[in-house]
Amino acid sequence: MWQFFHKLGSPKWFFGIATRFMPWLLAAGLLLLAAGIVWGLGFAPKDYLQGNSYRIIFIHVPTAFIAQSIYIMMASAAVVTLVWRMKLADVFVKAIAPVGLVLTFLSLFTGAVWGKPTWGTWWVWDARLTSMLILLFLYGGAIALDRAIADEKSAARAVAVLLLVGVVNIPIIQYSVEWWNTLHQPSTFKLTEKPSMPAEMWVPLLLSVLGLYLLFGWLACLRMKTEILIREQKTRWVKELVLAGRG
Amino acid sequence: MHPIRKKRLTIVLFLVVGIAIAVGLITYALRQNINLFYDPTEIAAGNAPVDTRIRAGGMVEAGSVVRDTESLIVNFRVTDFAASVPVQYEGILPDLFAEGQGVVAMGRLNEQGLFVADQVLAKHDENYMPPEVAEALERSSKGQHKAVNAEKAAESATY
Repeated sequence: MWQFFHKLGSPKWFFGIATRFMPWLLAAGLLLLAAGIVWGLGFAPKDYLQGNSYRIIFIHVPTAFIAQSIYIMMASAAVVTLVWRMKLADVFVKAIAPVGLVLTFLSLFTGAVWGKPTWGTWWVWDARLTSMLILLFLYGGAIALDRAIADEKSAARAVAVLLLVGVVNIPIIQYSVEWWNTLHQPSTFKLTEKPSMPAEMWVPLLLSVLGLYLLFGWLACLRMKTEILIREQKTRWVKELVLAGRG
Repeated sequence: MHPIRKKRLTIVLFLVVGIAIAVGLITYALRQNINLFYDPTEIAAGNAPVDTRIRAGGMVEAGSVVRDTESLIVNFRVTDFAASVPVQYEGILPDLFAEGQGVVAMGRLNEQGLFVADQVLAKHDENYMPPEVAEALERSSKGQHKAVNAEKAAESATY
C-alpha cells in the first residue's frame, strides 16, 4: 500500500495514468449527467406541493454535494502536503480549488433561484445558507492565499493550514439543518435511511450526482496535467513529451 | 512511518481537533443566535423578547386562517403542536402557504401576545412525491379517519 502511495507522488507516473483514464471519465460523466438531467427535468413526476419548481433539485443537489466533497478531498490532500510534503498533493489542491469555488457558487445561486418561488425569498441568514457561504469564502481565501505567496512551498503549506482550519465547516454545513432551526429543509438523502422521495425522483438525482462526480474527475485530471507541465517544465520527461508532440 | 512525519501528523491532528472543539463551544454558546426562529413553545413560555424584530416558525394550524374581506390582512395561528401563537400579516403570502404547512414569520411580538408579521416565508420539508401519491396518501388517511369516526358512532349508538 505504501508503495502505491509513494508512486502516486510521482508527477510523471500520474501524468500517464491520468491521460489513460480521462476519455473514460469524460464519456461516462457526460452520459450519466445528461441522463440524470434529461430524466429529472423532463420525465420525472412533478412534486405534489411545489409542482415543477422542485426540479431545480436535479442541479442544486449535485453541485452542493460535490462542492462539499471537493473541500474534503482538498483537506485530505492538505494533510498529505503537511505530513509527507508530497508535491502532487499540492498540485491537486491548486488544480481543483477553482472548480470547488464555481460549484459552491452554483449551488448558492440555484438555491436562491429555488428559494424565491418556494420560500418567498432569495436569501435568508439561516445556518445552512450561511455555512455554505462560508465555504465559498474558504475557497476564495485558499485561492487568494496561494496567489499571494510567491514561494511555491510556503504557499502550499499556508494553504494547507487554512484548508485544515476550514474543514470544521463541513460537518456544520451537513448537520446545520438538524442542530438548529433553519428555513432550509433537511437532507433528502440520508446514509442510514431510504431517500425521502420515490425512485423515479431519486434515481435521476443519483445519476446526475455520479455524472458530475466523474466530470469533476476528468476536469481535475486535465487541470492537474496542466499544472504538472508548468511545474516540471525543466525536467527531461516533459521536454521529451513536448518534442514528441511537436514531431 | 518516519518519526518526523509522525510528529507532523500529530501536530495536524491537534490543530484539527483543537479548532473543532473551539468552534463547537462557540456555536454551542451562540445557538440561540444561530437558530433562525423561535418556536411557539418558546414564545408561549415568554422566552422571546417583546417588541423586538424576531422570527417565529412552525406549522400553520389547521382551520385557523382567517382572511379579512376588506384588506390583505390575514390572521392565523402558528403551532408546534405543543403551543400556538396568533399571527397577523398584511400582504401577499407565498404560494406554498397553506394550513398544515410550515412557515417562518418575521415581525414583532406585541404586549397582547399577538405576533405582527411583516414577512412570511413558506418552509417545506424534504419529502417529495408525485401528486397522485400525495392524493392516494390523503385518501387513505381520510379513509382511516372515517373508519374511526364510524366506529365511534357505532359505539355511541350502542350506549
